[in-house]
Parts: sequence; C-alpha cells; structure tokens
Amino acid sequence: MSVHASPTLFMAMAAKEAAGAHPDGVTLSASLGLTGGALRVPGRGDMWARAVRLGLRAPLGGFRAFTAKADAQGSGRVTAEVIEHLERLALVDFGSQEAVARLEKAIAFADRLRQVDTDGVEPMESVLEDRCLYLRSDNVVEGNCAEELLQNSHRVVEEYFVAPPGNIPLPKLDEQESFPHN
Amino acid sequence: MLGRTLREVSVALKRGQVTPTELCQKCLALIQKTKFLNAYITVSEEAALKQAEASEKRYKKGQSLGDLDGIPVAVKDNFSTTGIETTCASNMLKGYVPPYNATVVQKLLDQGALLMGKTNLDEFAMGSGSTDGVFGPVKNPWSYSKQYREKRKQKPRDENDSDWLITGGSSGGSAAAVSAFTCFAALGSDTGGSTRNPAAHCGLIGFKPSYGLVSRHGLIPLVNSMDVPGILTRCVDDTAIVLGVLAGHDPKDSTTVQGPVNSFLLPSLTDVSKLCIGIPKEYLVPELSPEVRSLWSKAADLFDSEGAKVKEVSLPHTCYSIVCYHVLCTSEVASNMARFDGLEYGHRCDIDISTEAMYATTRREGFNDVVRGRILSGNFFLLKENYEDYFIKAQKVRRLIANDFVNVFNSGVDVLLTPTTLREAVPYLEFIQEDNRTRSAQDDIFTQAVNMAGLPAVNIPVALSRQGLPIGLQFIGPAFCDQQLLTVAKWFEQQVQFPVIQLEELMDDCSSVLANEKLASVSLKQQ
Repeated sequence: MSVHASPTLFMAMAAKEAAGAHPDGVTLSASLGLTGGALRVPGRGDMWARAVRLGLRAPLGGFRAFTAKADAQGSGRVTAEVIEHLERLALVDFGSQEAVARLEKAIAFADRLRQVDTDGVEPMESVLEDRCLYLRSDNVVEGNCAEELLQNSHRVVEEYFVAPPGNIPLPKLDEQESFPHN
Repeated sequence: MLGRTLREVSVALKRGQVTPTELCQKCLALIQKTKFLNAYITVSEEAALKQAEASEKRYKKGQSLGDLDGIPVAVKDNFSTTGIETTCASNMLKGYVPPYNATVVQKLLDQGALLMGKTNLDEFAMGSGSTDGVFGPVKNPWSYSKQYREKRKQKPRDENDSDWLITGGSSGGSAAAVSAFTCFAALGSDTGGSTRNPAAHCGLIGFKPSYGLVSRHGLIPLVNSMDVPGILTRCVDDTAIVLGVLAGHDPKDSTTVQGPVNSFLLPSLTDVSKLCIGIPKEYLVPELSPEVRSLWSKAADLFDSEGAKVKEVSLPHTCYSIVCYHVLCTSEVASNMARFDGLEYGHRCDIDISTEAMYATTRREGFNDVVRGRILSGNFFLLKENYEDYFIKAQKVRRLIANDFVNVFNSGVDVLLTPTTLREAVPYLEFIQEDNRTRSAQDDIFTQAVNMAGLPAVNIPVALSRQGLPIGLQFIGPAFCDQQLLTVAKWFEQQVQFPVIQLEELMDDCSSVLANEKLASVSLKQQ
C-alpha cells in the first residue's frame, strides 16, 4: 500500500520551511559563518539564552546563524602564545596571518557544537564499538625487510636512519622572524 | 569496446573477441589522448602491459581468474602500490615508492586486473574539488562533452580552455579516468564524500562501502575512524563485481569485520512495493539548487508510482554533522600527519641543526596550506584545555548522529534517498574563489554524516542539468546491508537511464587541445 505523499512532500516541506524560517532569512552560507554581510552583535546574555533554546529543539531545515557570537569570540582565542604552542606541538608553522585567521574561523565554526545537548551521551570512538577487535596470534610471520625499508630514507648509515641531534628546542617565536616564508 | 561495461568486456575477453593486450593498449592510448584532463599522476605502462601478457596466457589456456582478469583499472594515488610511486599529490611523498601493495590493490591484482596507473587527487585527500594537489587540478571530462558544449554553443576543442569544470573531490582523478573511458573501474577513498562527490559531478556510480567491510591496509590514512576505500564505475553491476573482490576480513586491518561475506551478485528487482524509502527533511536546505531539488522530488515520485512506500523522516542532528565532522577530521588528521617527519620516508629538508628544526622545515616544505591548516586546527582541538569542549564533545555528537540513522532504519525505512551535491560541477575559476575549508564545508553537506555513522552509500547519476552536466542522487543503507543497497540502486539506475557522455569528437582529434596542456590555474591560488 503506497503512501501518496510524494507530489506534495516537497511542497509541504518547502512550505513548512518558509513558514518557520528565521526572520532574518538565514541561509546555509550565513550559518557556516561564510558571509561577510551585516553581523548583529547581541548582548552576551541574549546569546546564551538563544543557545539554550536552540540546543533543546531541532532546528527546522537546520541552520541558525551564530556568526556574530562566533566572530566576537574567535578574535580572542588565537593569541601569540597559542600560536607558538601549536607550532611547537604540530611542528608545522602558520606561515601567514591568513592562516591564523583561518584557524580562528575554524574555531568559530567548531564552537557551534556547544549548542548540542549531550548530557548523558557517551563519546563514540568507533562505529564498530560493539564488536571484538581481531587479534592475531603473537607469532612472527613476516619481517626481515630492513634493506627494503632503509631504501626509502634520504639519510642512512649502515642499518641506521640518521637523525640530527635531538633535545635542542626550536627558537622561541619572538627570537625568530614571525611567519617565515619559504 | 572501451565504452562497454566491465561485465560485457569480461565476456568478450572470455570469448576471445578481444585480448587483454589490445584492451590495455587501447586504454593506454586513450590515457595519452586525454592527458590534458590531468587524471593520472603516474601511468604504469610497462607493468600494465606485463600484466596484460600474463592475463592473455591465462585466457588462452582457458584459466581466467574471474570477472576482473584482464580488465584495466586505476587506483587513487593514496593507495600504496609496490614499485609504483605513491605521492598523495603531495611534495611530502614525491618520489616515495612503497615496498608493499595496499590490500585492495593486491586483491585486484590477484584477480588479474591491469593497473593502468595512479590517479590524481587533492593533497592527502583533503578537499572537495581535486584542485589542491601538487600535480595540478583535474579537469572534468564533461567540460568537453558534446552535451555540455552544445548548450553553450561551443566546439569541443577550444583554444582558450579556461572555463573547464572541476571534477569534485577528492577522488577526482579516479572519476575522470573512469568517465573518460580510460579504465573500467577505479578505486577512490571516501572520508567525507570523496568518492560520491566526484561521482556525482562526473556522472558515475560512486560507492562507499560500510566501514569495516573493505580493508584500509595500505590506504594512507586521513581519518582512521571514517576512511573507507571507494569504488567508481559506470554502472552498478560493475561496482558489485569489484566489491565482491574487495570485501572481506583482512588480518592486516583489525578494523575489518570478521565473519562470512555475502555474495554481491545483485538480483534484478522487479517489484519495489515492499520497499520503504525515507526522505530526510533536514537535507532540504535553501542552498540546494532547484534542479537537484526537482530531480530529488521526481525520484521520490518514481518510487511512489511504482508502489514503494515513500515517507519523510527526520535526522535531527543533521545541522551539526558538518561541524562535528570538521572537529573529528582535523583532530585525526593532526595525529595521522605526525608520521611525516622526513626520517624514514618521504621528503627531507636540508636542515641538520636539530631534529625539531629538521621536522618543522620538512613539514613546511612538504605540506601545502590546506594540510597544514588542518593539522594546526586539529592540534588546537586536542589541546588539554580544549579536549573536552571540542574533541570529546564532537565524539558525543557523533553518537547522536549515528543514532539518528539507526532510529530511522529501525522505523521501517529500508533506504534513504538524498541529494549527493548541492549542484552540478562548477567552473574551476569559480570554485577557487573560496578556500578549501569553506568549499569542503559546503560540498560535503550531504555526504559526511554517512561517514560518521559508518554506513554504506552510493551516488547514482540521474539526469543532465539544463547545462548538460550530470546530477546524481545518493542512496544510504543500514550498516552492512551493502548488497541490498546496491540492489535498490541498480533498479533505480535502470529506471533513469542516464545518458552516456559523448566525447567522440574530442577523441578523434585532440591536437588543438593537447597543445594547450599548460594549465593556467596555478597562479590563482591564494597563499
């Protein structure tokens, strides 16, 4: 028995969407923090109240703008200290002010997770969490390929990979040129 | 012959109507002719011809290995292949030649498939356009199709060639290779939609298997908890053949599930009245192009008119899935990219003062902005003070998203029907107006939730847009119900009869296009 919903399904969904749409006409791009258009900067109390409301009901059609809050918060997060810390941990440098700006945007984007109510929810590490991991028996069945493996390295001496001396920290950010380029 | 399906060619090979060597040579010639598409990073001509020779001997003796024996295939360049350079389209791995084959590659070779080469991608599979690799962007073959050019009143061969379209990503090279008939199937990888997105833009079947069904051993990892190898073909039956070869437990990948694997032989559905199709309402977003929306609606109508039950369903946490994906992806990337330090393999800089200095410079030289950006973002989310608020929080949201799907499937829905992309392929010059992260966030909107839940999904090309470009729709199934999903997909494919790309004019005489191989693209990238 079929449900004759289809011809009107999309119209119905569209109508609901139009009726329930945010008065500011929020679009996907706005909610992703991508438009450079006019940003409202509501008071902090106002923002948190809104966050609570949004967290508790499923948004219609999905997307609410949070650009204002995000941008207001984003500008404070990536300090010089954070930059230095991240560069040292990641051993990858930002390279430009643009990269820092991109990180701020990424953080602002990620901040939207705060809207979700996750009380009592366990973190999910793997979709296969209900299964047992396969463990093979602890016997040596392969190996003896040192030569093959050494071939891929740029600097080897006999059977050693050669590394420069360790335990020498990188110079601090203020001791080196900011954002060195190649 | 090159335009046939895998199954048809396999039959032709068995009957001796064509030999593996002929097939191989034809494909190699076509790869040369379509070099301007930049689909291949490495063409393994010698190896392929050797494999073809061996295959031919087997056919002569009547001892073919199976449906894939003698069939040209291509593999995305983030799968390790013995003796063949594997670069991930990155400076970090330029010149890296793995000493082993990825399990899926080995399985294809064991069945006698001919490996034509390694295909182009976004650097380390990060991106949704196949535009950010060090070997340049991949061009969508549909840019040169009669269907597209006629609508624009242009000849297929344009001296200018500046308005070509992207393939989508990140498995764009694989998609272009299959779409241009240079091989019958290609492997891609799918972490956030990287197989289904280019499949939609190139008019192909793009299949993402259930997480745990196909081995990831040898697939250079991006996000361990979401990556899967993907399959790109021109028809659903071909995908089923390849999946049958690839699926199954691998002792070298402990995230593959054990237990018997069902055959992937697809029955021909004649009666869909017992099916229940779910339409997730949250996927109807304002950004969806009217054409895609209309096709989605028509597809739903089609199922309905054939007697299936079609109902609206809700995946309430959909709006958070892209954010959740962003956090989890960058966090896992930060961890996975830590292995590239220049010591044991890959690029190494000339600095020798200290290990840290050497690592830092090697990584700066080896990675592009996109990769470095994600590593830094990931490290931020993993900082002690942020771990709980971002990473753990994202893991909790992931569970909510996965549960959304479980609830929907438990409510009697067999298969979900959604768009794959917001719109058809866009011109490269338009695509690069926004940065990689922005584009990924936009383009992955319908595809990444599936990766977070580990479900199987497939893109089926439905029809051509007003501009003459492919538009596809996505089917999503419950975990490990890959065969059922493909069965429904096959029925749908037969109903829509998506047109074949018309590239003949281009193939016959490509001289003027070949002369314009220089890609005017590199200088436009933001730094």
